[in-house]
Amino acid sequence: MSWNTSDPMVSLKDVHKSFGDLKVLNGVSLDVMKGDVICIIGPSGSGKSTLIRCINALNDIQQGSILVEGQEVNDPKLNKLELRKKVGMVFQQYNLFPHKTALQNVMMAPVRVLKQDKDAAEKSARALIKKVRLEGKEDAYPGELSGGQQQRVAIARSLAMQPDVILFDEVTAALDPETVGEVLQTIKDLAEDGMTCILVTHEMAFAREVADHIYFTDRGVIVEHGPPDTFFKNAQDPRTKEFLSQIL
Amino acid sequence: MTWKTDLPVMLPVTKPEPEPFLGLKAWHILPVALFAILGPSLGFAQTEDGGQNPLVVLMNWAPLLLQGFVFNLVISVSAMALGTVVGALLGLGQISLIPVVRGGSWFVTQFFRNAPWLVLLFFAMFLLPFEISILGLKIPFPDWLKAILGLSLPVMANVSEIVRGAVRSLPSGQWEAAESLAYTRMQTLWLIILPQCVKRMLPPWMNLYSILTMATVLASIVGVSEVMTLTGQALASEGGRPELLAPFYGFVLLLFFIYCYPIARFTVRLEKKFAVIG
Repeated sequence: MSWNTSDPMVSLKDVHKSFGDLKVLNGVSLDVMKGDVICIIGPSGSGKSTLIRCINALNDIQQGSILVEGQEVNDPKLNKLELRKKVGMVFQQYNLFPHKTALQNVMMAPVRVLKQDKDAAEKSARALIKKVRLEGKEDAYPGELSGGQQQRVAIARSLAMQPDVILFDEVTAALDPETVGEVLQTIKDLAEDGMTCILVTHEMAFAREVADHIYFTDRGVIVEHGPPDTFFKNAQDPRTKEFLSQIL
Repeated sequence: MTWKTDLPVMLPVTKPEPEPFLGLKAWHILPVALFAILGPSLGFAQTEDGGQNPLVVLMNWAPLLLQGFVFNLVISVSAMALGTVVGALLGLGQISLIPVVRGGSWFVTQFFRNAPWLVLLFFAMFLLPFEISILGLKIPFPDWLKAILGLSLPVMANVSEIVRGAVRSLPSGQWEAAESLAYTRMQTLWLIILPQCVKRMLPPWMNLYSILTMATVLASIVGVSEVMTLTGQALASEGGRPELLAPFYGFVLLLFFIYCYPIARFTVRLEKKFAVIG
């Protein structure tokens, strides 16, 4: 299984997924190159979140292929733990561990999962907390932090695993408007550092600014995609046009 | 500060005190029990009968009854410890990914949870041998040990449900976050899920312990020398004088109340505390 950095880091081909009778993904294909930032937008219930949850095997798929660095995800013999060391994820509801401090949240997985040395892990965890601009909050419990701060800890927690790609599942949707900006800034910093990011988002202005490529999904298919400028100015499909006219 | 306004604003919510039954609160049982103990002896002073004052009789027997009560506590603590250990394993079995383990644990839990405690106690008493021989060595298996085993069965089943319920009550996001950080299922359970469950499990677990403690008197029916058995024997050896019944049983009531009521209060406090933190 050889994979070169010139191949797509994440490659979806004709992915089908249904929950019972409900078809959520109806043949989705997309490629993400190393260092790419792609945004998936679309109306609620169009399968965006399901789509990225399939990439780290939180959801399984019925048909099609998902390759992450050449590794097939749609495979019963898949080593999920190895896959998830490469693919980080940040959730809408942060999902920090409430019984652990910010620092512990960030350094726990490197120590327990990657078997890193505790002191080294703590050092890098402190550096990451600084990177997401939360210096001084190391010993705070999640319950003592604002939504935006919790979400930045969650981003640091994901980064601590040194993933090759990070999935962002509507990470600003649960935030107070005044804290959305700080989280988006953190993601922007990551993108500028060259981290491969796949985002599901409703923040159109942000998508336009940070994305290399935008995918628009509706009813389980990708209706249209393209670089942000073309996508927002010259949408071709009527469904995209309608969606954009409602949002913008 | 007083709150008076006609505007539709949110007023601070004060939780009403629970409606007491006939204006009685739990601690009112204290004077009631004391009255039960003291009443007859006060009345006794006016009679011209021979025998001793009931209060004096009770005081004579009190050390023995207290000893019996301590035995009740030993049974309750032992049954709780045993039931908790086995019940916790059973509860984890109920959330196992292996269908056979899950189904088996579920069945055992439901079976013992829906069985009357006294029937389980009788089963333990009459099905277990009075001694076990291991490698020719005869180990006696006394009644009190059987009582502990018998009472630990319903405790086990209830603890199993407490564990399962607590694990289920955590948001699924906790599992997903752990999964996406490549924790194994075991690590997720021990490092992330169970530590969060402990405080959720503590109030129902303490509640269960109170109930168990009060249920230890069931062991008197099968002849274990605990406080009820001894009370009966003491009354019999005093010639079954009816004016002794209320003081003696009042005394036993009081012992259980003094032990269990603080546990109940503490449980309520824990529940309130955790309800806020969540």
